[in-house]
Amino acid sequence: MGSALTPAAGSAAVEFREVSFRIRDSLILDKLSFRIEPGETLVLLGRSGSGKTTALKLVNGLLFPSSGEVLVDGRPTTAWNVIALRRSIGYVIQEVGLFPHFTVGENVGLVPRLEGWPPERIASRTRELLEQVGLDPGQFADRRPRELSGGQRQRVGVARALAANPRLLLFDEPFGALDPVTRRELQDQFLGLRNTLQKTSIFVTHDVGEALRLSTRIAVLDRGRLEVLATPEEFLRSQAPETRAFLAVLNFEPRMHTDEHR
Amino acid sequence: MPRAGLLQDIIDLTAEHTVLVLISMAFALAIGIPLGILLTRRTALRGWVLGFANVMQTVPSLALFGFLIPIPLIGGIGKRTAIVALVLYALLPILRNTLTGILGVDAAVRESAIAMGMTSRQLLWQVELPLAAPIILAGIRIATVTTIGTATIAAAIGGGGLGVFIFRGIASVDTTEILAGAVPAAMLALISDGGLSWIEKRFSPA
Repeated sequence: MGSALTPAAGSAAVEFREVSFRIRDSLILDKLSFRIEPGETLVLLGRSGSGKTTALKLVNGLLFPSSGEVLVDGRPTTAWNVIALRRSIGYVIQEVGLFPHFTVGENVGLVPRLEGWPPERIASRTRELLEQVGLDPGQFADRRPRELSGGQRQRVGVARALAANPRLLLFDEPFGALDPVTRRELQDQFLGLRNTLQKTSIFVTHDVGEALRLSTRIAVLDRGRLEVLATPEEFLRSQAPETRAFLAVLNFEPRMHTDEHR
Repeated sequence: MPRAGLLQDIIDLTAEHTVLVLISMAFALAIGIPLGILLTRRTALRGWVLGFANVMQTVPSLALFGFLIPIPLIGGIGKRTAIVALVLYALLPILRNTLTGILGVDAAVRESAIAMGMTSRQLLWQVELPLAAPIILAGIRIATVTTIGTATIAAAIGGGGLGVFIFRGIASVDTTEILAGAVPAAMLALISDGGLSWIEKRFSPA
């Protein structure tokens, strides 16, 4: 039992061990087991209601498993101080959730402020992060979130998640509400940041194209069960039904041209 | 012709009236805001407390003053009973606006705050209260204006204040006396309303 509390050398960044999650009688997650290695980007792909967001919230202690355990750096989330755990994990959601009464700079510097960094260090970190996500600090730091476009807001959301140099990043359909062009720009930026920062990320989406672009591995969730856990190449060859259903979305357009018309 | 010493009476009774309102509002705020915050955390209590505050508000004010007189400790004739009644009236708008203001905070903003690792105290002080401030202040403004009006009835049970003029004026069919009570009371209400809505605008977060 004690061994679970001692992070072994080479332990996974995140590990799900037989994780089930239940709300009253309905089983949202059913004995989920997988490991996420340091530096990788795992995409959780699934339909609405497949349990992917729930799985994400189990990692930063917004929810706790009904049975089984989720290990972060080798320690079960239940053994962590949940405030410390959350502050060490960046979290980006579709609705962004920027604080409307804070400036952009104050939003980005929030976790460092909660962690008691000295003001000069927060200020320089905020500038650095805004530049990293492609927003000019001189132009944006003092604005309010409502003065920004959707894409700019989501960039601020990413900067805020990165602020206190988290061990891990969680993304819950972060680009889902953006127009396709902006979404592509932010995906490119995500890839760029990943290459420079080498952060472990878990990324939830229902967009199979996004999953293929961003992931090092894809986990397909179907009604709370893990159907496939594979690299993008293996994923494309999978014969599992839910995975085929997602791939069929990708193949829809070419087929329409060749078979049906002419 | 206005009687001698009327101006001095107006000043004295306006001061008495203001003190009555201030004391009542202080109690109503001290009870209403913390209770409103508590109710955002305790769903089970919500129906009971809001129900009680709602019922209090529907009791006609003159009747409520009357009901309180025979109750030991808080009752009797005089200022104390008047203050108890005024607090009960002021409670509902403060309580309800604190509750709806905090519950109205965008769910995504609240979830982000929790996910960023705010403690529940930090969530309250840094996110919920600042964002709910305009609505809470609107409740305080409504409560204040209502209390200034209702406090005129306190004179009926010996609570003093500008109601003394009004009741005296009605009894002696003296319009000057009635106006000597009603006009300052209306002015107090207008001034408080203006002042509090100015504060409300200053505290609008976004």
